[in-house]
Formats: sequence, C-alpha cells, structure tokens
Amino acid sequence: MNISDLLNNQGEWLRSIGPNSDIVMSSRIRLARNLSNYPFSNWASKKEQQEVLKVAKQAIVASKKIKSSLCLDIGKIDPIDRQFLVERHLMSKEHSVDADNKGLCVSDREAVSIMINEEDHLRIQVMKSGFDLRDAWRIINSIDSELGNALHYAYSLDFGYLTACPTNTGTGMRASVMLHLPSLVMTKQIDKVLQAITKLSLTARGLYGEGTEASGNFFQISNQVSLGHREDDIIDNIERIIRQIIDHEQSARDVLLSQNKSVLEDRIWRAYGTLKSAHIITSSETIDLLSLVRLGADLNLIKSVDRALINELFIITQPAHLQKLEKKKLNPNERDVKRAEIIRERLG
Amino acid sequence: MVCGICGKNQATVHLTEIVDDKMTELHICEGCAQKKGAQMESHFGLADLLAGLADLGGGQFAKTKKETKVKCPRCGLTYEDFKRIGRLGCGECYSAFKEALLPLLKRIHGSTQHYGKSPTKKTTKVTNAVKTRDELQELREKLQKAIQLEQFEEAAKLRDKVRELEKKGKK
Repeated sequence: MNISDLLNNQGEWLRSIGPNSDIVMSSRIRLARNLSNYPFSNWASKKEQQEVLKVAKQAIVASKKIKSSLCLDIGKIDPIDRQFLVERHLMSKEHSVDADNKGLCVSDREAVSIMINEEDHLRIQVMKSGFDLRDAWRIINSIDSELGNALHYAYSLDFGYLTACPTNTGTGMRASVMLHLPSLVMTKQIDKVLQAITKLSLTARGLYGEGTEASGNFFQISNQVSLGHREDDIIDNIERIIRQIIDHEQSARDVLLSQNKSVLEDRIWRAYGTLKSAHIITSSETIDLLSLVRLGADLNLIKSVDRALINELFIITQPAHLQKLEKKKLNPNERDVKRAEIIRERLG
Repeated sequence: MVCGICGKNQATVHLTEIVDDKMTELHICEGCAQKKGAQMESHFGLADLLAGLADLGGGQFAKTKKETKVKCPRCGLTYEDFKRIGRLGCGECYSAFKEALLPLLKRIHGSTQHYGKSPTKKTTKVTNAVKTRDELQELREKLQKAIQLEQFEEAAKLRDKVRELEKKGKK
C-alpha cells in the first residue's frame, strides 16, 4: 500500500455509519505515550529521535493487533502528501512541519493511526464512524497494551503516563466526538451549548483540531482533563454530555421543520443549487454549503443525494486531495475552478 | 475604501502586518477584522499560555533565582526552559520539578493523582504499588457513598481500612 492508494479509500470518519451518524460524524480516542529511556521528542537529539523512530516502528510492525499498516517517514514525503494526510485526519498539522525523524503508521482502513515523534513519542489514534467511543476505547486499549509489552513506557504512580505537556499527563487520553450541529447554529443556541461544555471540563474545536475555526457547522468536542479520572469515567462523562447535545440538535431540527420549513428548504436548496452550478468555489464555501446539503439529506428534504457522496465531496475538495486527484500542483485559483468542476460532475 | 478581504464593506480597521521581514498594510472591515483577530489569537499557542500558568503555578518554587535554575538531572532541562517552551524534557522532569508542577497540575486537571490504566510491562514493586493505589481509590469511593447514604457503621469500617492501606502504602 502507498499513500495514493488511500485516495480510493473512504476514511473511517467519513463512512457515515454507526450510532447517531446523522449528527455524529465520528468518535476518536487518542493516547499519548512516551518511552522511558529517551527525552521527549522536542528535547531529544537527532540521534535519539532516530532511535525512537526505529524502536517504535519495530514494535508497531511486529504488533498482531495492528494489521497491514502503511508506515511513512514524514520527512521523506512530499509536502502535498503531508497535507493530504492532515486532511484525512490521520495526523496533526504540527506533525507535517519540521518533519525530520517523524513517522506515521496507518492501518485498518485508516481507523488506526500512530504518529511517532510528534510532541510525544507515540500518539495512538483510533477513529470510529458515528457515536461509538466505547468501541474506539476497546480497540485502542488493546493496541496500547500490546505496544506497552514491547516498549517501556514513561509512567509514574502519581502522574500516570508522562507526557511532554502537563495538560496530557495521567491517562494521556483525549476522547473526542465530531458533531454536525447546523440547527443549533441556525437557531443561535450554539454559543450557549459551547459555554456549558467548557464548564463541564470539555472543550470544543473546529474540524481540524486545535486552533482551527469551526466551519461547516462541525464541532469537535473532547475532554480537557486527563489526570485524576479513570478512562472509563472520562468516556462516561463525555458520552452523557454528547447525548444531551444530540437531543438538543434533534429538537432544533424538529422546530425548524415544523415552524420554518420553507425558510429551511430555501436555504438547503439554494446551497444545493450553488454547488451544482458554481464555476469557482473556495474550500470554505464548499464546506458551508455541503453542511446544508447534508442537513437536507438527513431531514429527507433532498432525496437525490446520499450521505456517502456528500462525505466524499467533503474530503476530495480539500486542497491536497484536489492536487492528488489531478496529479499536479495547482495554485489556489486553479483549485477553486477544479473544485467547482468536480462538484458539478459528481452532483450530476 | 472598501475592505481588502471581502471587498464588500467599508474598511474601518487598518492593520500593519510583518511577515518574513516584509511589511504589508491591510485595510479591512469590522467583520473581517474579527476573523483575522481569531487567526492571530491562534498563533498565541498553548505553550505561551502554559508558560504564563507555570509562572503562577511555580509559586515560591519559581521565585528565588537559585531555584529557577534547578535542572532535571536526567535531561538537563531547567524550569526556566519549561516556562519558555511549555513542554517538559523527559519523564524524569516530573520528579525534578514536582514541587512546582503540583499546583500547575491541580489548576489544569483539578487533581494531582492518576487513576486508571497502568502499563502492562512493569516491575513487581510498581505492580504492588498500583494495586494499593487502585484499592485505596475504590475504598475512598465506597466510603463517600456510605457517608452519602448515612451508613455510618459501614463508613467507619471503610475509613479504618483506608487508613490501614495508606500506612502500608507509605512503607
């Protein structure tokens, strides 16, 4: 398998199956782990980083739980390929810069990915389509236990798994759920929801993680606290709150349908119309419009477009994906034209 | 003058940006300025924020000059380094700067004691210690519940067990 083969895959987070997949795009759990015999990645020498990369890769390749993985040296691949992997949520933006001695292993239809030498030696991530943190935890827990047999993790009785940033120590776990909340945004209730979340020691972020703006009505909600609570308890807490948010979004959808149906339909069909006829379109406009069309499909207002196609458009219209599809470099203006062309084609 | 970003509204905000030693002037509207502001804020990363917190968290530890020069014996990182980059150097730093990190961890997590998973590969000494720690946590939770349910006899028994285990743990 090589990077370009991923282009034909549908990443786990875009499969739109699993519980509550009309509102929950995906559930993700990541664990931060470090090897006790080496300084953390940022503080390690080049030589130490190389050793960590080698030792970690060996353990991952030898693992029985991680099947047929694709392992990449990020420093050795093209910048467009790096961005491509970021767009697919297989690695962080930070992992694509100063990429020497950084590694990435991807397996199991992109449901599992492991960054090596990011801020921590290992960042293990498991992604599930829909609302299914439990299953994500089951999978990542067994992978982590297996790797922990082969590698000597930095761990203390008091502070748990030791991480480069004290905000991650303890369980080293971040559980997050990507929600599509167009109706809470339209009915202007979203700020209240986001404020309440912060009080419950959760945080909300945009589509591409830390420091990104919310776009297309997508919100990534995750736990902020990693020390002092068991993994199961952290997951319980976030699940309980997410369930409430799902209920709120559902009732906002019901209200919009019963009280403002024509306004709602107008917005959704206009979005659909623009996507079908635009000749130049930016990626941020695309995401906003696709979000509305997705809502239309979820509410059964648009019957001709299925969710799988919308999800495919979300990803293939991203800048690096476009360039991989076209097999050449495109400047932003060329991309906007190409993007519009592909969308028109797919929506028929 | 119209906004240089959206090209629609009147430009009311005038910004000077310096990127790679090149100065550019931006004339933009209120709305775009707010978006731009959000982008600028995101450059002000977590590390900066942490560095600020570390200063607060360090308390007395960070105050005397001598102590800010405390070095991690394992990786050579100083507390000053940590304040600057917001990241620790190795696992050992957690012991080296424990005193300063405790209030910081308390502020971030509301706790300074890990509960939950422990590595599969560890020495017997650690295994026993983890067992004691988890047992203690479980007993404390039961004790809390017993108190809430006003089962004081049960609570007294649990309290004694907690004390006994705590003593054992310290040995």
